[in-house]
Amino acid sequence: MIIFLGKRFAYLILTMLIVSILLFLLLEVNGQAVAIKVLGPYSLEEQRQIWLERNGYFDPIWTRYLDWLGRMVSGDFGESIRFKVPVGDVLWPRLLNTAILGGVVFAVMVPLALALGVLAGMREGSALDRTISIGSVITTSIPEFASAVLLSALFVFWLGWLPGTSNMMNGFDPMQLVLPVTVLVLYGFGYIARMTRASMAEVMQTPYIRTAVLKGLPYKHVITRHALRNALIAPFTVIMLQINWLLSGVIVVEFFFAYKGFGALLLEASLNQDIYMIQACAMVAVFVAVATQTIADIGYTYLNPRIRFT
Amino acid sequence: MANQTVDPPQSQTVIERPWLVVDVTRTLVRGIVILSESPVGLAGFLIVSFWVVVAVFAPLLAPFPPNTPYMPFATPGTVHAATGSTFWLGADHLGRDILSRIIWGTRTVLFYAPLATVSAYVVGILLGLMAGYKRGWVDDLLSRLSDIILSFPILVLYVVIITTIGASGINIIIAVVFASAPGIMRIVRGLTLDLRNREYVAAAQTRGESSWYIMLIEILPNARGPLIVDACLRLGYVTITIGVLGFLGLGLPPPDPDWGGMVNETRSMAMFAPHMTVFPCIAISSLVLGFNLLADGVREVSLKD
Repeated sequence: MIIFLGKRFAYLILTMLIVSILLFLLLEVNGQAVAIKVLGPYSLEEQRQIWLERNGYFDPIWTRYLDWLGRMVSGDFGESIRFKVPVGDVLWPRLLNTAILGGVVFAVMVPLALALGVLAGMREGSALDRTISIGSVITTSIPEFASAVLLSALFVFWLGWLPGTSNMMNGFDPMQLVLPVTVLVLYGFGYIARMTRASMAEVMQTPYIRTAVLKGLPYKHVITRHALRNALIAPFTVIMLQINWLLSGVIVVEFFFAYKGFGALLLEASLNQDIYMIQACAMVAVFVAVATQTIADIGYTYLNPRIRFT
Repeated sequence: MANQTVDPPQSQTVIERPWLVVDVTRTLVRGIVILSESPVGLAGFLIVSFWVVVAVFAPLLAPFPPNTPYMPFATPGTVHAATGSTFWLGADHLGRDILSRIIWGTRTVLFYAPLATVSAYVVGILLGLMAGYKRGWVDDLLSRLSDIILSFPILVLYVVIITTIGASGINIIIAVVFASAPGIMRIVRGLTLDLRNREYVAAAQTRGESSWYIMLIEILPNARGPLIVDACLRLGYVTITIGVLGFLGLGLPPPDPDWGGMVNETRSMAMFAPHMTVFPCIAISSLVLGFNLLADGVREVSLKD
């Protein structure tokens, strides 16, 4: 088990290293472009040269990469061009806001998706199964921005029940979370529900379930004690991987509802060419994604004894 | 020996060329007949065909030119006095007819989404065949790289790429290829690993065919089933991506209509004129739904055989 954990962590670090090289090549390697972004498009050629000289952009590429990596690892992401403060000061509070949003989304989405998936998979081909399957295809077909538009047209414009923005200007307001959470849950639950359904349907056809039914156990008992345990292993991985999707989804939703979170920050940084902010956001996003994948792998191994220690 | 087997098919295609149109129609009709076994798939097919027809006949269907300003914020059903035409879905903040922009926008989305998907497939299939057939270090390298690209949150990857190379049609295609090809590669690699041990591959190897011939002529056609289903799903997903990029202001440059861009331009005014954002959203959702239902239908039908 220790070897397995060590391997997973080594792989995590290797992935982050390669991602950092990719980001460095994409965003940092062209010093001239960085100087224009930092000093603005109307800066003089001499100013750019001085800036490049002072910040070590004429050093060999490897020393530059290692310096840059060292700063990234120690949490010194540079100064945001737009906010004129260190990137970390803006980034960490924003990340916390997104964690709150994401936490609520998962708290709603996971039980809902698992319940619907289990209900659909229990009796494959039943009317309930068809309804849930088609329903999840429809909700998954509506892009997040489209459901945000449609829901806010309905609940904000026509009915006037909910606030249309979620900027939390006057302190934290749970009502402002309703629409962003609904949009993300609607788009995201279908995938987990379908996976759970497939997994449940497979388990329901195994001999031990047939045995349990034939020896006269109550149906409820068969489902809760026998089927669920094995049926929920596969969805676990899918749920962890949804964190990766959520990091994409929050960009759209936070932008639409003006929620002060990580996704909106990344998008604003990109629209304003705030290069150090983009680097920091991308690194953090990939780290969260890769870390959850690692946890998913470890958890899956722990839950499923058949593949343990391999 | 090799020459003899290659020659006859060539002469056959020459003879059959006048019948190519008939052949395509026949295949299409056969496809619909097979698909009609699955009501869901047929519904998807009808939705997608509806939008294809709209795209093809856009100049005839659109009541107004898409980029000409008329009456800003006209509500749905307003009649334009000078031309006598009606703004069936209203006009946007610049006074451009929304219905006409949606109709012309169909061309944009049905041009870029399939083009980007096909490009991603070409790259993904070639890499996947190489990884699965050649194995060894090529496989290791490509698999690791694809793992890493797939570990990015997808939209973060798009934002970083588009920020670096700029927003334009060709760059959107490049970004889609970069982000989707690893996933396609993984599927093709898995299928190739299974197919490379079949007898007909061994036969081709014994005949002394080149490895590209074996990969493209022997293996690829036999892997088509799962790939067609995946392509339908991916087409829907790429449509969403193009819409989302337009919505985020990272899509195709204005003024030509693009559904995501229409929502982006008017969303700040949606609080008093929601018709400007609602209709493009319905359009993109129905097209994606069409692709997804079609994928479901194709899978259902292919599982029956």
